[in-house]
Amino acid sequence: MPAFFRHHLLHVSAFALLMALVPFMVTSRYYLNLFIFIGIHTLLTLGLNLLMGYAGQISLGHAAFFGLGAYTSGILTVTYHVSPWPAMGAAVLVTIMVALVIGVPTLKLTGYYLGMATLGFGIIVNICFRELSGITGGPSGLVGIPPLSLGGVVLDEPRYVYYLIWGVTLGALAVSLNIVDSRVGRALRAIHDSEVAARASGVDTARLKIWVFVVSAAYASLAGSLYAHFVTFISPSSFGFMFSVKLVTMVVVGGMASVWGAVFGAATLTALPEVLAAFHDYEILIFGFILMVVMIFLPQGLTRGFLDLAERWRFYRRGIPAAKV
Amino acid sequence: MLKVRSLQTFYGRVRALDTVSLSVRPREIVTLIGANGAGKSTILNSISGLIPSREGEILFQGKRLNGQPPEEVVRLGICQVPEGRQIFQPLTVLENLELGAYLRFRKREKREIRRDLETVYALFPVLEERRQQISGTLSGGEQQMLAIGRALMARPALLLLDEPSMGLAPRLVLEIFRTIRHLRDQGLTILMVEQNARAALKIADRGYVLETGRIVLQGSARELLDDNDVKRAYLGRDYREFAEGRM
Repeated sequence: MPAFFRHHLLHVSAFALLMALVPFMVTSRYYLNLFIFIGIHTLLTLGLNLLMGYAGQISLGHAAFFGLGAYTSGILTVTYHVSPWPAMGAAVLVTIMVALVIGVPTLKLTGYYLGMATLGFGIIVNICFRELSGITGGPSGLVGIPPLSLGGVVLDEPRYVYYLIWGVTLGALAVSLNIVDSRVGRALRAIHDSEVAARASGVDTARLKIWVFVVSAAYASLAGSLYAHFVTFISPSSFGFMFSVKLVTMVVVGGMASVWGAVFGAATLTALPEVLAAFHDYEILIFGFILMVVMIFLPQGLTRGFLDLAERWRFYRRGIPAAKV
Repeated sequence: MLKVRSLQTFYGRVRALDTVSLSVRPREIVTLIGANGAGKSTILNSISGLIPSREGEILFQGKRLNGQPPEEVVRLGICQVPEGRQIFQPLTVLENLELGAYLRFRKREKREIRRDLETVYALFPVLEERRQQISGTLSGGEQQMLAIGRALMARPALLLLDEPSMGLAPRLVLEIFRTIRHLRDQGLTILMVEQNARAALKIADRGYVLETGRIVLQGSARELLDDNDVKRAYLGRDYREFAEGRM
């Protein structure tokens, strides 16, 4: 904890202040919604980044955990009239259970095989959303999910939802920064680099991998519940394979193993389709292109990449040739 | 301190170790020498729990290590410096060292860990100079020092070294070996696998010679250095010279 305050409190509070001011500067409902989606995607990317960026375990099925959160919240509140907050807690628990059941066997795999296993998991969950129409509403989705309320105030105004979601996201950001700086964070990066050496240093890699998988699933579940209560309508197409890929892109573009990069990646890739709305049909094409360009020219992601470029520029101005990285 | 009794380890159906027995006494350097594929690293990996052993017994200070996961073996006081150093390249030097003390962080030994950090820095001053440097940018010799330093941070009673001289310049090999001897003099027990048999036997107290998964010879380091078979096979004595009986 003390380390956290020393290193990050200033950055996090400055960022929180900035985000708190957004609703005062942005009056258009459309842009406020965009910022809300950036918040939800940031929460998802933060979780996936712990798993992928830090521990180096790929998940191509993260939309499934997002969907499990959204559907558990949705079904409990719509069909069983549970109030939203307890439903949200239940959703996180359900997702954690599923992540444990999936994680224990699949995290024994590495590389492409882990990618394929999580991909399969994501597709299966999506098929369940689509086909279990009696419970999930099938392809046409689940309608009439109630908004969350806080202290007697119903959060149905975008401005309220904005504060709620960014509050949760900033909390998750602080937790992520804390994890990354701890001995567990070091161990996660050690697993990423060499699992054998990590084990030889006394790290229980199997347990730690499952732990980080569950944590990232819980982040996704939370994001899913928040999403469901915000849009009040969910359907299977929001939780498909394409969305999983989009999340991976956010992590990679923002920068693997960078907490702030997660924020940046989510913001960039959420805002971009809006900017490029005219090219809507080519969205996935443009995404692929961005991913390729980033991988080739800025393999450490935009955040690290820009910092490096800035550094080179500083050296260049002082007439010192920059080292080739 | 460490007793290995008729250990057998398999890779799939291939037997890598054939009833290997050896022992290590406190405060001695024991070296395992032998050709590539003789099973030297397999012995270390079986002891540290990275590879499960099928038959036989590994006893460390009276406790059975068979079937224990690597983290438990570390907790019991055995730490391995893996072959090829295997430092965590993207992490800084300091983070690597802190990872070595991974299991002790939980026990909240912060002050002791800081003291051990000083000890490692005293042993390898270059690591202190470079503590904030990304460890992947260190030279080979520095990386080996870091790998040893990281293992020491776990406060082992027994240190397993897998090819500490691999890929190092002769001068650095000398320095690393001098450090290993110094660690023994400080009270550490060391079991070391080495290709560089001559250098290893020079600092070792005892040695075992492995051939295709079996121990074919054992003795004090002095005896092994003087043994004709060992000289011919592992110490690089000119074979013709030997065959013509000129040595």
